[in-house]
Amino acid sequence: MAHKLSIFRGLITFKSNVQKIWGVLIFLSIVTAIEVALGIIKPAFLLTPVFGMKGLNWIFIVLTIVKAYYIAWDFMHLRDEKRSFTSSIVLPLLILIPYLIFILLVEADYIYNIMFDGFVSWNF
Amino acid sequence: MQATTNIVENENVWDGGNKPLNASYGKMMMWFFIVSDALTFSGFLVAYGFSRFKNIDSWPIADEVFYHFPFLHGVNAPMYYVALMTFILIFSSVTMVLAVDAGHKMQKNKVAVYMLLTILGGAVFVGSQAWEWKNFIKGEYGAVETKGGQILQFVSADSGERVALSYFATTQPTDRSQHSAYNGLWYVDEATLLTYTVAEVQQGFLANPDLRIKTEMIDAGTGHKIVLDRAASEAKLSQAVNVVEGANLIRNEYGNRLFADFFFFITGFHGFHVFSGVVINGIIFFNVLLGTYERRGHYEMVEKVGLYWHFVDLVWVFVFTFFYLV
Repeated sequence: MAHKLSIFRGLITFKSNVQKIWGVLIFLSIVTAIEVALGIIKPAFLLTPVFGMKGLNWIFIVLTIVKAYYIAWDFMHLRDEKRSFTSSIVLPLLILIPYLIFILLVEADYIYNIMFDGFVSWNF
Repeated sequence: MQATTNIVENENVWDGGNKPLNASYGKMMMWFFIVSDALTFSGFLVAYGFSRFKNIDSWPIADEVFYHFPFLHGVNAPMYYVALMTFILIFSSVTMVLAVDAGHKMQKNKVAVYMLLTILGGAVFVGSQAWEWKNFIKGEYGAVETKGGQILQFVSADSGERVALSYFATTQPTDRSQHSAYNGLWYVDEATLLTYTVAEVQQGFLANPDLRIKTEMIDAGTGHKIVLDRAASEAKLSQAVNVVEGANLIRNEYGNRLFADFFFFITGFHGFHVFSGVVINGIIFFNVLLGTYERRGHYEMVEKVGLYWHFVDLVWVFVFTFFYLV
């Protein structure tokens, strides 16, 4: 079975599949270490809201998606599959999940405002 | 007379056994199961996000809930334990890929060794999660709950650190005893009685002037929970109706009731996936030892369970972010 041995758009090419696995492990470990370090330090300048959420939280979410990409592409071998197969797996998720996130979080924010502005006290 | 339908069969496409997308039937079905499971987990995590956004100014702060580390009792170490668990799971994912890779090369012994390491990693992860649950359920400090379901925690005025109920609550004589089948109604159950009553907590609080109440509400400026001054603390505590120790599905000492529900449900569902992954990996491991795949001529089963195993790792990456980091 032929493996594609390049990651980061060809920036790093490994000699064998086993080497690629260790390379991806190192990359995932670095990303996790960055997340943990940011989670412990919580730099003050990243705590200001950007698009309704703390800047730090956006960084966490982006890093999580980066990790998910490398797990799916290299550990689950999606990089080696036919493009049509990859798309039939990834596209439904890419379409449905952001949609679900969008409708539910907008609704939750709306409910928060209703409870906040309403005349009923929730804190008693 | 017989109605015959003349189906022109293209053996290359419909005769089974061929791979239109270059993936075998079993592998493709494993992928589509993973897609549906991914949507299930997204549903749970988005529901968690819904509840969190709905209570955005009072949701518990992860660092104040998960701060235990084995053998470091009383040390405030948020993040470290769960980071360790993440590394264990990612590492067991790596041994799984190595097993798949060895399978492509038909190296039976290597596959077996890597599968065994994967199973060990998974078992350690499930064990770690059990320990995390134990700490979460047991709680450490205790709190009280108001009539409106708000959790009030106790902190020291000087350090701002939480104070346990056992540190200040008085003990009043009571003749209330645990209701059980032999001394009460046989068809009525009662949960285990708590260590302290509300009156004992209130009395102890009044006797300790350096205690303050920490509310659920988050100060938008600092991002910390709001601590009331002494007069407001006493007024607030007089509204308490329940003592809460640790966490269950009804109430928890960390804050919003839904927080513990989602924690139990999502990490529990994920832990169940890890557990079933360990079981399935175990079955495949024994098949490897028995030489089933050697005789079959390929190790594709290892690849299929590998997909499931990586998926479990993938879900954990998201659970980790949304429960512990964000």
